[in-house]
Amino acid sequence: MMLRNSMQNSLKMSTEDLDFYYGDFHALYGITLDFYENQVTALIGPSGCGKSTLLRCLNRMNDLISYSRADGKVLLDGDDIYDPNVDVVALRRHVGMVFQKPNPFPKSIFENVAYGLRVNGVKDKSFLAERVETSLKQAALWDEVKERLHDSALGLSGGQQQRLCIARAMAVEPEVLLMDEPASALDPIATQKIEELIHQLKDTYTIIIVTHNMQQAARVSDVTAFFYLGKLIEVDQTETIFTRPNLQETSDYITGRFG
Amino acid sequence: MDAGMNRIKHTNGVQIRRKVVQGTMFGLFRISAAINGAALLVVVYFLVVRGWRAINWTFLTQPPVDSMTKGGILPCIIGTLCLSIGAIAVALPIGVASAIYLHEYARPGKVVRLIRLAINNLAGVPSVVFGLFGLAFFVVYLDMGVSILAGSLTLGALTLPVIIGSTEEALRAVPDTYREASLGLGATKWQTIYRVVLPTALPGILTGAILGISRAAGETAPIMFTAAVFFTPSLPTSIFDEIMALPYHIYVLATAGTDIEATRPLQYGTALVLIALVLGLNLVAIIYRARLRRDR
Repeated sequence: MMLRNSMQNSLKMSTEDLDFYYGDFHALYGITLDFYENQVTALIGPSGCGKSTLLRCLNRMNDLISYSRADGKVLLDGDDIYDPNVDVVALRRHVGMVFQKPNPFPKSIFENVAYGLRVNGVKDKSFLAERVETSLKQAALWDEVKERLHDSALGLSGGQQQRLCIARAMAVEPEVLLMDEPASALDPIATQKIEELIHQLKDTYTIIIVTHNMQQAARVSDVTAFFYLGKLIEVDQTETIFTRPNLQETSDYITGRFG
Repeated sequence: MDAGMNRIKHTNGVQIRRKVVQGTMFGLFRISAAINGAALLVVVYFLVVRGWRAINWTFLTQPPVDSMTKGGILPCIIGTLCLSIGAIAVALPIGVASAIYLHEYARPGKVVRLIRLAINNLAGVPSVVFGLFGLAFFVVYLDMGVSILAGSLTLGALTLPVIIGSTEEALRAVPDTYREASLGLGATKWQTIYRVVLPTALPGILTGAILGISRAAGETAPIMFTAAVFFTPSLPTSIFDEIMALPYHIYVLATAGTDIEATRPLQYGTALVLIALVLGLNLVAIIYRARLRRDR
């Protein structure tokens, strides 16, 4: 589905007629959707509508589920990430992910952020330290943790843990950041911090966020895509979706009449 | 009494019967739990009362003398330690590797079901059968002779299901979100296992390993044909030496000794040392696990 408004941002990722199956269950029906650089795209819709499934197709996290299958194309800078020659490990370095529940490793704050670099073979200590600091600053967490970088990450609050996970994802300098309901397990103040962060991060990244929270989608995203029962119902500028959606289903959902 | 208060008091038969049933059932559960604790206490008390007089410095540091009616049990202690370490050296790498394969790599299917069936059956094989297998395969067929090596391999095979079981349990307890986070950062499957999953599962794996050793340390049947001998005053110098071992020594003194009645205190003393060793190992497991957990 092409956006009616012409975009000044360049195309970063897109799906072309993407179908997805969990065993016999048909979870996504022919999704065609574009994601633009330096924009936040929100995927909304009721539970089970396929929005998280779509997100997890974009870095092939769904590969972990046995008996799942994707048909169609997912393009990153024009290259199909489902091509048999694609190295999934390399793909995930370019398409980072932040999960619904904060999931720091049971390691120190420093080691959490350094993890992605270490598994990519970085050994230079000063480089690691520098990158850890930059990432924590980007995630607006540096001032809170700089005195205790070597303490366990599990001692941080939920909101801090989630910002740590964002820092961890950014340390490997991905181009696209996927966020799966990143604030749903957090309190309102922590949520606000994450949302401010998303605003800043879109200068650097292409961000795709799944959210259940309508206000959040309205606040943080430039483009909103509405899903229902595995189908992409409508996609448009966020402002348009929330003020004068084209379709009745979209309008019903965002006004809370179902879902 | 006003009506409001009556609503939450035991007034009718149903409520009273419910209360009685509750009380009886919890009482039974409590008794069952108490029997467990009591059994251990009785065993330890019995051994301490009968065995503590036998225990002194000579007993712990000297070999048996005078046809094993006097002297100590040093060769047995050393022998049991060698066998335990040997068994764990065999079973830990193979067991952990198998568990990683089963839990992290293998896709559920016929092959995995078959392997699991084999492991469960291995766990159910009586220990004397392991002893005979060890005799036939390691001692005779592979020509290792009655030796620490043959005994360690036999005990290792016996311990394997315990290690695999506890390792799988520990791997299952590692949240999938850790694996997803690691893979999402561009780590390979092996990096994820090696850097995140195994360190997280380590306390559980080590606990299982030590429980495995403590079980192996107490086994008699698997070593009587493969490693242990009736009597040898010398300490082992290589893994091809035969040895004395605590459980077998107890058996020998109690059934085939030169003077069974006179050596009763020695038998209980040896049993006390064995159980102290086993409980000590379990204690180490508990402390180690607690420390690893705290360091998180």
